[in-house]
Amino acid sequence: MTSTQATPELSYLEHKVAMYRSQVVLRRFEQRAYDLFLENYVKGTSHLSIGQEAIAAGVAAAMRPTDWTFATYRGHAHTLARGVPMTPIFAELMGRTNGLMAGKGGSMHLTSVEHGMMGSYAIIGAHLPIACGAAWSAQYRGTDQVAVAFFGDGSVNIGAFHEALNFAAVWKLPVIFFCENNLWMEYTRTSDVTAVANPAADRAAAYGLESIIIDGNDADAVFEVTSLAVARARAGEGPSMIEAKTYRHGGHSRADPGKYRPDEELAEWLLKDPIPMYRSRLVEMGVSEDDLLLLEADVDAEIETATNEAKAGDVPGEELLLKDVWADGGASWRN
Amino acid sequence: MAQLTFREAIARGIAQEMRRDESIVFLGEDVGAAGGVFKGTVGLLEEFGGVRVRDTPISEQAILGAAMGAAMTGLRPIAEIMFSDFFAVCWDIVANEIAKSRYMTNGQVSFPLVIRSGNGGGLRFGAQHSQSVENWAMMIPGLKVVVPSNALDVIGLMAAAIRDPDPVIFLEAKALYASKMDVPDGEIIDTLGSAKVLRQGSNATVVALGAMVPRALRAAEELANGGIECTVIDVRSLVPLDTTTILREASATGRVFTVEENPRLCGWGGELASIIAEEIFYDLDGPIVRITTPHIPLPAADALEDLAIPSVERIVSTIHKSMNS
Ligand SMILES: Cc1ncc(C[n+]2csc(CCOP(=O)(O)OP(=O)(O)O)c2C)c(N)n1
Ligand SMILES: [Mg+2]
Repeated sequence: MTSTQATPELSYLEHKVAMYRSQVVLRRFEQRAYDLFLENYVKGTSHLSIGQEAIAAGVAAAMRPTDWTFATYRGHAHTLARGVPMTPIFAELMGRTNGLMAGKGGSMHLTSVEHGMMGSYAIIGAHLPIACGAAWSAQYRGTDQVAVAFFGDGSVNIGAFHEALNFAAVWKLPVIFFCENNLWMEYTRTSDVTAVANPAADRAAAYGLESIIIDGNDADAVFEVTSLAVARARAGEGPSMIEAKTYRHGGHSRADPGKYRPDEELAEWLLKDPIPMYRSRLVEMGVSEDDLLLLEADVDAEIETATNEAKAGDVPGEELLLKDVWADGGASWRN
Repeated sequence: MAQLTFREAIARGIAQEMRRDESIVFLGEDVGAAGGVFKGTVGLLEEFGGVRVRDTPISEQAILGAAMGAAMTGLRPIAEIMFSDFFAVCWDIVANEIAKSRYMTNGQVSFPLVIRSGNGGGLRFGAQHSQSVENWAMMIPGLKVVVPSNALDVIGLMAAAIRDPDPVIFLEAKALYASKMDVPDGEIIDTLGSAKVLRQGSNATVVALGAMVPRALRAAEELANGGIECTVIDVRSLVPLDTTTILREASATGRVFTVEENPRLCGWGGELASIIAEEIFYDLDGPIVRITTPHIPLPAADALEDLAIPSVERIVSTIHKSMNS
C-alpha cells in the first residue's frame, strides 16, 4: 500500500517523509507507465503527471479516507495518492482482468470507490458538476465529507466549469475546485486562448470566491492551503477554488515529446522539480541520506513487484463484455 | 377513485415516493416555488420543503451533474429538464457520464436517478421546444427510457423509475399534460419494460408511444367502423423493451404499423421493424409500415404542426391504404 493520507498518529516528521514517499511513488509509477507504453504493454493513451506530483500528494494528505476525489484523464497520480495499490492500476493500463476496473475503463477512467476515488473523467469539465452532486449529497445527509475536483488550466473555458462554480457557491457545497495550472492544454498555450492571466483564480471573484494562487510544486504549500479549504468546506462554509502553478515535464499524452514548448521554459521548470526540492527540505530537517535512499529503493522494489503482478494478469474475455451495463449486472435491453 | 390530469399525476407519483424514502430529492428550474412551468410539480415544495425540493440556476449541466454525483453517493435524485430539446446542452452528462460510468468502472458505481422532461409537440412552441427526442435516449447504452401515455401510467411508471437502480429518462408528452382519467386512490406501482395491449383486433397491430397512443386508439375505432380490426399496443418503455408482447401481437395479426412522434430517421419504430423482420418475418402478411413525423424540425404554425405530427386521419388513411393494396 502506498497510502499517504494524513492521520493524527503521524508525527510532524513522519508526515513529511510520507509526503516525500508519496511523491516518489507517483513519479516512479509514471516513469514505469511510460516505459510500459513504449514496450506496448500499455495500449491506447495515457496522460502522465510527471512534474505535478506535489499536487496529488499534498491534496490527498489533506483529505480523509471518506472524502471524494474527482480527477481528469490525467489521474494516475490522484488515484495512487488516495491509497489505491499500484498493481491494479498498472493492470488497468495494460487491459488485464486484475485491473482496477478489469480493463473496462483504462488509463483515463481510473476509479476506486472504496478509496474515495470517484472517477477520472475524460470530457473536459464534466466532473465539476458531478463533484457538486457528491458534495450536495454530503450536505443533505449531514456527513462532513468533502469533494475535491481536479482540472487543468485549459478546462476553465468550458461551460460546465462555470455552471459548477455558480451552483456550488449558491448551494454552499463542500467542494474544492483544484486547478492544476501546467500552462498548456494539449499543444496550445492556455494564455493564448484565455481572457485572464490566471485562468482559475481570476474567475473566482465572479462566483464570490476568494482568489487563491499557490506554488503547485511545493507539497507543503499544497497541503496547507488545501487543509484550510477542506476545513472551511467541513464547517459548512462552502466551496473554494485553488489554482496551483505547476508544469508537466513530458508531453500531453502517449509518446508526445512536447516539442512545441520552448527549451528554456522546460529547463526553468525542471529546476523547480518538486521532488528534489522536497528531498533537500527533508535533509535540512535532519532526515539522513541513508534513510532516503532506503525509501527510494523500497519504492523501486514495490514498482517492480507491481509491474510483474500486473503483467501476470489474464487478458479479459467475453464474460466481461456484457457485464455491468445495468445494476443487475447484465446488458439486456429487451425481454 | 379520483379524476386526475396527467400533470397532477406527476406530482402525485413523485410525492408517493418521496413520502416513502428520505433519500429521494428533486431539483430543477422553477420546479419548487413555481410548481414547474407545466405545473407538474405543484405542492411538492410545500409538502417536502426546500431541502428536498430545490430550484436551480439555469444550468442544465450542473443540474444533471449534481443528480449524478448525488446518485453515486447515496441519494435517489429526480431531476427535471424543462423541455427535452434542452438535453442538447447537457447531453455529455447524460450520454457520456451517467450512461457509461457503471460499465467503465466495472460496476463500482450506481445511478438510481430519474430525469424527467417535457417532450414533443402539440403546443405550437416551434422547433426548439417541441421535438420528440426519445430516440436520442434510446440509442445510448446504459439509459432506460420510459414514456407514459396516461395519468395512471404516469404514477405507476414514475414509482417504478424512482425505485429502479439504473438511470431512467422519463419523457412526458407535453400534449398530454391536460388529459384526464380516473385514477384509484392509494399506492400505485408499475413495472418498467412492460408494454400494454389496449385493444385487441385480428387484422393489424398498431404500436404507439406517448402522445400517439390516444391517437392510435381513436384511429383504431374509426378503422373498426370500416371493417379493419386493430390491436393497439402502448409501448410505454423503450428500454427495456417488451419485445415479447410486441412480437406476439405482431404475429397474431401479420401486419404491423408504428405510430411515432419523432422525426423519421432512427425513430424507435425503425428498431422495432428490424426486430420484427428478423424474428417473425414468416408470420407477416405485408410490409411493416412506419407512420412518423417527417424528417424535419417541427414548425410552429398550428396548421403546419398538425400536418407534421401523425394525426388520427393520417393513421387511418395510411393503415387503410396499406391494408387494401
Ligand atoms: C470537451 C472536451 N474537449 C476537448 C478534449 C480534448 N482534450 C483532452 S485533454 C485537453 C487539454 C486539456 O488541458 P488542461 O485542462 O490544461 O489539462 P492538462 O491536460 O494540461 O492536465 C483537450 C483539449 C476533451 N477531452 N474534452
Ligand atoms: Mg494544462
